[in-house]
Amino acid sequence: MTEVVEQHPFAKYLREAMMPHIWCTGCGNGIILNAFVHALDELQIDLDKLVVVSGIGCIGRTAGYTNVDSFHTTHGRPIAFATGVKLANPELEVVVISGDGDLFAIGGNHFIHAARRNIGIKVICANNFNYGMTGGQFGPTTPLKASTPTTPYGNIEHPFNLVHLAAASGATYVARWTTLHVRMLTASIKKLLQRKGFSFIEVVSQCPEIFGRRNKMRTALEMMEWFKKAAVIANFSDPAKAEITPEKIVVGEFLDLEKPTFEELLREKMNEISKENGE
Amino acid sequence: MSVKFWRTPLDSEKVVKPKAEIHIIKDQCKGCGYCIQYCPKKVFEESEEINARGVHPPKIVDEKKCIICSFCTAICPDFAIYVKEKQCKDGC
Ligand SMILES: Cc1ncc(C[n+]2csc(CCOP(=O)(O)OP(=O)(O)O)c2C)c(N)n1
Ligand code: SF4
Ligand code: SF4
Ligand SMILES: [Mg+2]
Repeated sequence: MTEVVEQHPFAKYLREAMMPHIWCTGCGNGIILNAFVHALDELQIDLDKLVVVSGIGCIGRTAGYTNVDSFHTTHGRPIAFATGVKLANPELEVVVISGDGDLFAIGGNHFIHAARRNIGIKVICANNFNYGMTGGQFGPTTPLKASTPTTPYGNIEHPFNLVHLAAASGATYVARWTTLHVRMLTASIKKLLQRKGFSFIEVVSQCPEIFGRRNKMRTALEMMEWFKKAAVIANFSDPAKAEITPEKIVVGEFLDLEKPTFEELLREKMNEISKENGE
Repeated sequence: MSVKFWRTPLDSEKVVKPKAEIHIIKDQCKGCGYCIQYCPKKVFEESEEINARGVHPPKIVDEKKCIICSFCTAICPDFAIYVKEKQCKDGC
Protein backbone atom coordinates (compact mmCIF):
# COMPACT_ATOMS: atom_id res chain seq x y z
CA MET A 1 0.00 0.00 0.00
CA THR A 2 1.36 3.42 -0.85
CA GLU A 3 1.22 6.09 1.78
CA VAL A 4 -1.18 8.93 1.00
CA VAL A 5 0.71 12.19 1.31
CA GLU A 6 -1.52 15.02 2.39
CA GLN A 7 -1.73 17.76 -0.23
CA HIS A 8 -2.18 21.41 0.64
CA PRO A 9 -4.79 23.02 -1.68
CA PHE A 10 -2.11 25.42 -2.98
CA ALA A 11 0.52 22.72 -3.54
CA LYS A 12 -0.07 22.81 -7.28
CA TYR A 13 1.26 26.38 -7.43
CA LEU A 14 4.55 25.37 -5.83
CA ARG A 15 7.41 23.42 -7.34
CA GLU A 16 7.33 20.13 -5.50
CA ALA A 17 11.05 19.43 -5.89
CA MET A 18 11.88 22.76 -4.20
CA MET A 19 9.67 22.17 -1.16
CA PRO A 20 10.03 22.57 1.79
CA HIS A 21 11.36 26.08 1.26
CA ILE A 22 14.54 27.18 3.03
CA TRP A 23 13.05 30.18 4.86
CA CYS A 24 13.50 30.29 8.61
CA THR A 25 10.76 29.70 11.18
CA GLY A 26 8.12 32.41 10.90
CA CYS A 27 9.90 34.25 8.06
CA GLY A 28 7.47 36.66 6.38
CA ASN A 29 8.56 35.46 2.95
CA GLY A 30 6.46 32.32 3.39
CA ILE A 31 3.36 34.42 4.11
CA ILE A 32 4.00 36.56 1.02
CA LEU A 33 4.33 33.44 -1.14
CA ASN A 34 1.15 32.06 0.45
CA ALA A 35 -0.75 35.32 -0.24
CA PHE A 36 0.53 35.42 -3.82
CA VAL A 37 -0.58 31.90 -4.73
CA HIS A 38 -3.85 32.48 -2.89
CA ALA A 39 -4.49 35.48 -5.18
CA LEU A 40 -3.62 33.38 -8.25
CA ASP A 41 -6.07 30.73 -7.05
CA GLU A 42 -8.92 33.13 -6.36
CA LEU A 43 -8.56 34.81 -9.73
CA GLN A 44 -7.96 31.50 -11.52
CA ILE A 45 -5.12 33.22 -13.36
CA ASP A 46 -4.02 31.54 -16.60
CA LEU A 47 -0.63 30.25 -15.42
CA ASP A 48 0.65 30.01 -19.00
CA LYS A 49 0.36 33.79 -19.22
CA LEU A 50 2.14 34.53 -15.96
CA VAL A 51 5.85 35.19 -15.42
CA VAL A 52 7.45 35.58 -11.98
CA VAL A 53 10.83 37.31 -11.76
CA SER A 54 13.03 37.69 -8.68
CA GLY A 55 16.47 39.01 -7.89
CA ILE A 56 18.93 37.68 -5.33
CA GLY A 57 18.10 37.42 -1.64
CA CYS A 58 16.04 35.21 0.65
CA ILE A 59 12.80 36.44 -0.95
CA GLY A 60 14.47 36.02 -4.34
CA ARG A 61 13.95 32.30 -4.00
CA THR A 62 10.27 32.91 -4.79
CA ALA A 63 11.00 32.65 -8.52
CA GLY A 64 12.19 29.09 -7.94
CA TYR A 65 9.28 28.16 -5.72
CA THR A 66 6.36 29.29 -7.91
CA ASN A 67 5.37 26.59 -10.36
CA VAL A 68 5.10 28.95 -13.35
CA ASP A 69 7.50 30.37 -15.94
CA SER A 70 9.94 32.23 -13.78
CA PHE A 71 13.44 33.65 -13.74
CA HIS A 72 15.90 34.25 -10.93
CA THR A 73 18.00 37.16 -12.18
CA THR A 74 21.32 38.54 -10.98
CA HIS A 75 21.21 40.84 -7.96
CA GLY A 76 19.25 44.04 -8.59
CA ARG A 77 18.15 43.21 -12.12
CA PRO A 78 14.65 41.67 -11.91
CA ILE A 79 12.97 44.86 -13.15
CA ALA A 80 15.34 45.12 -16.11
CA PHE A 81 14.60 41.51 -17.02
CA ALA A 82 10.86 41.92 -16.47
CA THR A 83 10.86 45.03 -18.69
CA GLY A 84 12.29 42.96 -21.53
CA VAL A 85 9.71 40.20 -21.06
CA LYS A 86 6.83 42.70 -20.97
CA LEU A 87 7.93 44.63 -24.06
CA ALA A 88 8.52 41.46 -26.08
CA ASN A 89 5.24 39.86 -24.95
CA PRO A 90 2.83 42.55 -23.73
CA GLU A 91 0.08 39.95 -23.28
CA LEU A 92 2.02 38.30 -20.45
CA GLU A 93 1.41 39.22 -16.81
CA VAL A 94 4.86 39.92 -15.38
CA VAL A 95 5.30 40.03 -11.61
CA VAL A 96 8.54 40.92 -9.84
CA ILE A 97 8.81 39.61 -6.27
CA SER A 98 12.04 40.73 -4.61
CA GLY A 99 13.71 42.29 -1.60
CA ASP A 100 14.31 45.79 -0.27
CA GLY A 101 18.04 45.48 -0.90
CA ASP A 102 17.62 44.03 -4.36
CA LEU A 103 15.00 46.54 -5.56
CA PHE A 104 16.11 49.71 -3.78
CA ALA A 105 19.88 49.50 -3.26
CA ILE A 106 21.63 47.84 -6.20
CA GLY A 107 18.42 47.93 -8.30
CA GLY A 108 17.14 51.35 -7.27
CA ASN A 109 17.51 53.07 -10.62
CA HIS A 110 15.66 50.31 -12.43
CA PHE A 111 12.77 50.78 -10.04
CA ILE A 112 12.37 54.54 -10.34
CA HIS A 113 12.65 54.53 -14.12
CA ALA A 114 10.30 51.60 -14.67
CA ALA A 115 7.77 53.48 -12.50
CA ARG A 116 8.40 56.75 -14.35
CA ARG A 117 7.95 55.10 -17.75
CA ASN A 118 4.85 53.26 -16.49
CA ILE A 119 5.97 49.88 -17.72
CA GLY A 120 3.09 47.52 -17.09
CA ILE A 121 4.90 45.24 -14.69
CA LYS A 122 3.88 44.52 -11.11
CA VAL A 123 6.34 44.74 -8.25
CA ILE A 124 5.97 43.19 -4.79
CA CYS A 125 8.75 44.07 -2.36
CA ALA A 126 9.41 42.09 0.81
CA ASN A 127 10.77 44.82 3.05
CA ASN A 128 12.47 43.07 5.95
CA PHE A 129 14.72 46.07 6.69
CA ASN A 130 17.97 44.22 5.92
CA TYR A 131 19.98 42.00 3.58
CA GLY A 132 18.73 38.76 5.09
CA MET A 133 20.52 36.36 2.80
CA THR A 134 24.03 37.68 3.32
CA GLY A 135 23.90 37.96 7.10
CA GLY A 136 21.60 40.87 7.81
CA GLN A 137 23.68 43.88 6.80
CA PHE A 138 21.90 47.24 6.89
CA GLY A 139 20.40 48.56 3.67
CA PRO A 140 18.32 51.42 2.29
CA THR A 141 15.23 50.61 4.37
CA THR A 142 16.92 49.89 7.71
CA PRO A 143 15.31 52.18 10.29
CA LEU A 144 17.37 54.86 11.99
CA LYS A 145 19.11 53.53 15.12
CA ALA A 146 18.40 49.88 14.26
CA SER A 147 21.06 47.34 15.06
CA THR A 148 22.46 45.13 12.31
CA PRO A 149 25.77 43.28 11.93
CA THR A 150 27.14 46.32 10.02
CA THR A 151 25.54 48.94 12.27
CA PRO A 152 26.39 47.43 15.67
CA TYR A 153 26.19 50.86 17.34
CA GLY A 154 22.89 51.72 15.64
CA ASN A 155 22.11 52.86 12.09
CA ILE A 156 22.85 56.53 11.37
CA GLU A 157 21.33 56.55 7.85
CA HIS A 158 17.77 57.69 7.10
CA PRO A 159 15.72 54.98 5.39
CA PHE A 160 13.72 55.26 2.20
CA ASN A 161 9.97 55.54 2.56
CA LEU A 162 9.17 53.10 -0.24
CA VAL A 163 5.54 54.05 -0.82
CA HIS A 164 6.49 57.70 -1.14
CA LEU A 165 9.35 56.83 -3.47
CA ALA A 166 7.06 54.70 -5.65
CA ALA A 167 4.31 57.33 -5.80
CA ALA A 168 6.76 60.15 -6.57
CA SER A 169 8.42 58.06 -9.29
CA GLY A 170 5.13 57.60 -11.15
CA ALA A 171 3.68 54.26 -10.04
CA THR A 172 -0.06 53.99 -10.76
CA TYR A 173 -0.91 51.72 -7.82
CA VAL A 174 0.83 51.87 -4.45
CA ALA A 175 -0.02 49.91 -1.31
CA ARG A 176 1.67 48.79 1.86
CA TRP A 177 0.65 45.96 4.19
CA THR A 178 2.40 43.97 6.87
CA THR A 179 2.41 40.18 6.73
CA LEU A 180 -0.18 40.17 9.51
CA HIS A 181 -2.57 41.95 7.10
CA VAL A 182 -2.48 38.86 4.92
CA ARG A 183 -6.15 39.21 3.88
CA MET A 184 -5.73 42.80 2.72
CA LEU A 185 -2.43 41.86 1.12
CA THR A 186 -4.10 39.08 -0.87
CA ALA A 187 -6.85 41.50 -1.97
CA SER A 188 -4.19 44.02 -3.01
CA ILE A 189 -2.28 41.38 -4.99
CA LYS A 190 -5.54 40.47 -6.76
CA LYS A 191 -5.96 44.13 -7.67
CA LEU A 192 -2.37 44.40 -8.82
CA LEU A 193 -2.81 41.37 -11.10
CA GLN A 194 -5.83 42.97 -12.78
CA ARG A 195 -4.28 46.37 -13.40
CA LYS A 196 -2.49 47.69 -16.44
CA GLY A 197 0.17 50.12 -15.28
CA PHE A 198 3.25 49.93 -13.06
CA SER A 199 1.94 48.74 -9.69
CA PHE A 200 3.75 48.38 -6.40
CA ILE A 201 3.06 46.69 -3.07
CA GLU A 202 5.46 46.99 -0.15
CA VAL A 203 5.06 44.15 2.31
CA VAL A 204 6.52 44.97 5.71
CA SER A 205 7.91 41.57 6.52
CA GLN A 206 9.78 39.90 9.33
CA CYS A 207 13.29 38.51 9.28
CA PRO A 208 13.09 37.07 12.78
CA GLU A 209 16.39 35.22 12.55
CA ILE A 210 18.56 38.28 12.07
CA PHE A 211 16.75 41.61 12.16
CA GLY A 212 14.32 40.56 14.88
CA ARG A 213 16.89 39.04 17.18
CA ARG A 214 19.22 42.01 16.90
CA ASN A 215 16.41 44.41 17.68
CA LYS A 216 15.00 42.96 20.87
CA MET A 217 12.38 40.74 19.27
CA ARG A 218 13.42 37.24 20.15
CA THR A 219 10.88 35.29 18.13
CA ALA A 220 8.89 35.54 14.93
CA LEU A 221 5.77 35.98 17.03
CA GLU A 222 7.28 38.99 18.78
CA MET A 223 7.91 40.61 15.39
CA MET A 224 4.31 39.93 14.39
CA GLU A 225 3.14 41.48 17.64
CA TRP A 226 5.16 44.59 16.75
CA PHE A 227 3.27 44.83 13.44
CA LYS A 228 -0.02 44.34 15.27
CA LYS A 229 0.76 47.10 17.73
CA ALA A 230 2.31 49.60 15.33
CA ALA A 231 0.15 49.23 12.22
CA VAL A 232 -2.43 51.91 11.47
CA ILE A 233 -4.69 51.52 8.44
CA ALA A 234 -5.09 54.81 6.56
CA ASN A 235 -6.27 54.24 3.01
CA PHE A 236 -5.43 56.95 0.47
CA SER A 237 -3.47 58.96 2.98
CA ASP A 238 -0.41 60.96 1.94
CA PRO A 239 2.46 58.53 1.23
CA ALA A 240 4.93 61.28 2.13
CA LYS A 241 3.70 61.03 5.70
CA ALA A 242 3.89 57.24 5.85
CA GLU A 243 7.41 56.87 7.19
CA ILE A 244 7.94 53.65 9.13
CA THR A 245 8.98 54.11 12.75
CA PRO A 246 9.10 51.60 15.60
CA GLU A 247 5.90 53.20 16.93
CA LYS A 248 3.89 53.52 13.75
CA ILE A 249 3.56 51.64 10.47
CA VAL A 250 0.98 53.28 8.22
CA VAL A 251 -0.57 50.66 5.94
CA GLY A 252 -3.23 50.72 3.25
CA GLU A 253 -3.64 51.68 -0.38
CA PHE A 254 -2.06 55.02 -1.17
CA LEU A 255 -2.65 55.46 -4.87
CA ASP A 256 -4.82 53.92 -7.59
CA LEU A 257 -4.93 55.60 -11.00
CA GLU A 258 -4.39 54.68 -14.64
CA LYS A 259 -2.38 56.35 -17.38
CA PRO A 260 -1.07 55.05 -20.72
CA THR A 261 1.61 52.42 -20.28
CA PHE A 262 5.00 52.44 -21.98
CA GLU A 263 4.13 49.38 -24.06
CA GLU A 264 0.86 50.97 -25.26
CA LEU A 265 2.60 54.21 -26.24
CA LEU A 266 5.37 52.24 -27.90
CA ARG A 267 2.93 50.22 -30.08
CA GLU A 268 1.03 53.41 -30.92
CA LYS A 269 4.23 55.17 -31.97
CA MET A 270 5.35 52.19 -34.05
CA ASN A 271 2.00 52.09 -35.87
CA GLU A 272 2.11 55.85 -36.45
CA ILE A 273 5.60 55.66 -37.97
CA SER A 274 4.75 52.66 -40.18
CA LYS A 275 1.68 54.52 -41.46
CA GLU A 276 3.73 57.62 -42.24
CA ASN A 277 6.19 55.45 -44.14
CA GLY A 278 3.30 53.93 -46.08
CA GLU A 279 3.89 50.41 -44.77
CA MET B 1 -21.75 28.98 22.54
CA SER B 2 -25.32 28.95 21.30
CA VAL B 3 -26.70 32.14 19.83
CA LYS B 4 -29.90 33.57 21.36
CA PHE B 5 -32.28 35.19 18.89
CA TRP B 6 -35.07 37.58 19.91
CA ARG B 7 -37.20 35.63 17.47
CA THR B 8 -36.51 32.42 15.60
CA PRO B 9 -35.27 33.18 12.07
CA LEU B 10 -37.77 31.90 9.53
CA ASP B 11 -35.22 29.74 7.73
CA SER B 12 -33.50 28.39 10.85
CA GLU B 13 -34.72 24.87 10.05
CA LYS B 14 -33.13 24.89 6.63
CA VAL B 15 -29.82 26.55 7.42
CA VAL B 16 -27.07 24.11 8.33
CA LYS B 17 -24.06 25.57 10.10
CA PRO B 18 -20.98 24.44 8.18
CA LYS B 19 -18.58 22.22 10.08
CA ALA B 20 -14.84 22.48 9.78
CA GLU B 21 -12.33 19.85 8.83
CA ILE B 22 -8.87 21.06 9.86
CA HIS B 23 -5.78 19.50 8.33
CA ILE B 24 -2.36 19.89 9.91
CA ILE B 25 0.53 18.60 7.79
CA LYS B 26 2.64 18.08 10.90
CA ASP B 27 6.05 17.49 9.38
CA GLN B 28 5.82 20.65 7.29
CA CYS B 29 5.35 22.87 10.36
CA LYS B 30 8.29 24.97 11.58
CA GLY B 31 6.61 25.91 14.83
CA CYS B 32 6.24 29.67 14.42
CA GLY B 33 3.04 29.66 16.47
CA TYR B 34 1.10 32.12 14.26
CA CYS B 35 -1.89 29.79 13.83
CA ILE B 36 -2.10 29.29 17.59
CA GLN B 37 -1.78 32.99 18.40
CA TYR B 38 -4.04 34.48 15.73
CA CYS B 39 -6.92 31.98 15.50
CA PRO B 40 -9.89 34.12 16.59
CA LYS B 41 -11.58 31.10 18.21
CA LYS B 42 -8.46 29.68 19.90
CA VAL B 43 -8.87 26.32 18.20
CA PHE B 44 -5.19 25.30 18.54
CA GLU B 45 -2.52 24.87 21.12
CA GLU B 46 1.07 23.71 20.95
CA SER B 47 1.35 19.93 21.06
CA GLU B 48 3.83 17.90 23.09
CA GLU B 49 5.00 15.91 20.11
CA ILE B 50 8.16 16.66 18.16
CA ASN B 51 7.90 16.55 14.36
CA ALA B 52 10.46 15.75 11.66
CA ARG B 53 11.85 19.27 11.95
CA GLY B 54 12.29 19.08 15.68
CA VAL B 55 9.51 21.49 16.65
CA HIS B 56 6.12 21.15 18.31
CA PRO B 57 3.38 21.41 15.68
CA PRO B 58 -0.02 22.76 16.73
CA LYS B 59 -2.79 20.43 17.85
CA ILE B 60 -6.53 20.95 17.67
CA VAL B 61 -8.20 21.67 20.99
CA ASP B 62 -11.76 21.86 19.73
CA GLU B 63 -12.59 21.55 16.04
CA LYS B 64 -16.22 22.41 16.71
CA LYS B 65 -15.26 25.98 17.62
CA CYS B 66 -13.78 26.61 14.14
CA ILE B 67 -15.78 29.10 12.05
CA ILE B 68 -13.77 28.35 8.87
CA CYS B 69 -12.37 31.86 8.61
CA SER B 70 -9.24 30.12 7.27
CA PHE B 71 -6.89 32.68 8.77
CA CYS B 72 -4.53 29.86 9.81
CA THR B 73 -4.40 28.71 6.17
CA ALA B 74 -3.54 32.24 5.07
CA ILE B 75 -0.96 33.12 7.73
CA CYS B 76 1.02 29.85 7.76
CA PRO B 77 4.39 30.57 6.08
CA ASP B 78 4.96 26.86 5.51
CA PHE B 79 1.74 25.61 3.89
CA ALA B 80 1.35 23.26 6.86
CA ILE B 81 -2.28 23.87 7.76
CA TYR B 82 -5.58 24.25 5.93
CA VAL B 83 -9.27 24.15 6.69
CA LYS B 84 -12.06 22.74 4.60
CA GLU B 85 -15.76 22.52 5.07
CA LYS B 86 -16.71 19.03 6.17
CA GLN B 87 -18.76 17.19 3.58
CA CYS B 88 -21.65 15.99 5.71
CA LYS B 89 -23.92 13.76 3.70
CA ASP B 90 -26.07 12.28 6.43
CA GLY B 91 -25.26 14.77 9.16
CA CYS B 92 -22.09 14.70 11.21
C1 LIG C 1 26.25 41.82 -7.69
C2 LIG C 1 26.04 41.26 -6.32
N1 LIG C 1 26.37 41.97 -5.25
C3 LIG C 1 26.15 41.49 -4.00
C4 LIG C 1 25.62 40.24 -3.84
C5 LIG C 1 25.40 39.70 -2.43
N2 LIG C 1 24.01 39.68 -2.05
C6 LIG C 1 23.25 38.59 -2.14
S1 LIG C 1 21.69 38.79 -1.54
C7 LIG C 1 22.06 40.41 -1.12
C8 LIG C 1 21.04 41.28 -0.44
C9 LIG C 1 19.66 40.78 -0.44
O1 LIG C 1 18.85 41.62 0.32
P1 LIG C 1 17.32 41.77 -0.01
O2 LIG C 1 17.11 42.06 -1.44
O3 LIG C 1 16.74 42.74 0.94
O4 LIG C 1 16.73 40.30 0.22
P2 LIG C 1 16.53 39.47 1.58
O5 LIG C 1 17.65 38.49 1.64
O6 LIG C 1 16.53 40.43 2.71
O7 LIG C 1 15.21 38.80 1.39
C10 LIG C 1 23.37 40.74 -1.46
C11 LIG C 1 23.97 42.06 -1.18
C12 LIG C 1 25.28 39.51 -4.99
N3 LIG C 1 24.71 38.30 -4.91
N4 LIG C 1 25.50 40.03 -6.21
S1 SF4 D 1 17.50 35.11 7.13
FE1 SF4 D 1 15.73 36.38 7.58
S2 SF4 D 1 14.80 36.87 5.56
FE2 SF4 D 1 16.21 35.13 5.30
S3 SF4 D 1 14.89 33.29 5.45
FE3 SF4 D 1 15.75 33.71 7.51
S4 SF4 D 1 14.23 34.99 8.54
FE4 SF4 D 1 13.76 35.03 6.35
S1 SF4 E 1 1.42 28.73 11.23
FE1 SF4 E 1 2.13 26.86 10.14
S2 SF4 E 1 4.34 26.69 10.59
FE2 SF4 E 1 3.46 28.14 12.09
S3 SF4 E 1 2.93 26.84 13.88
FE3 SF4 E 1 1.07 26.96 12.62
S4 SF4 E 1 1.17 25.14 11.24
FE4 SF4 E 1 3.24 25.44 12.13
MG1 LIG F 1 15.73 42.40 2.67
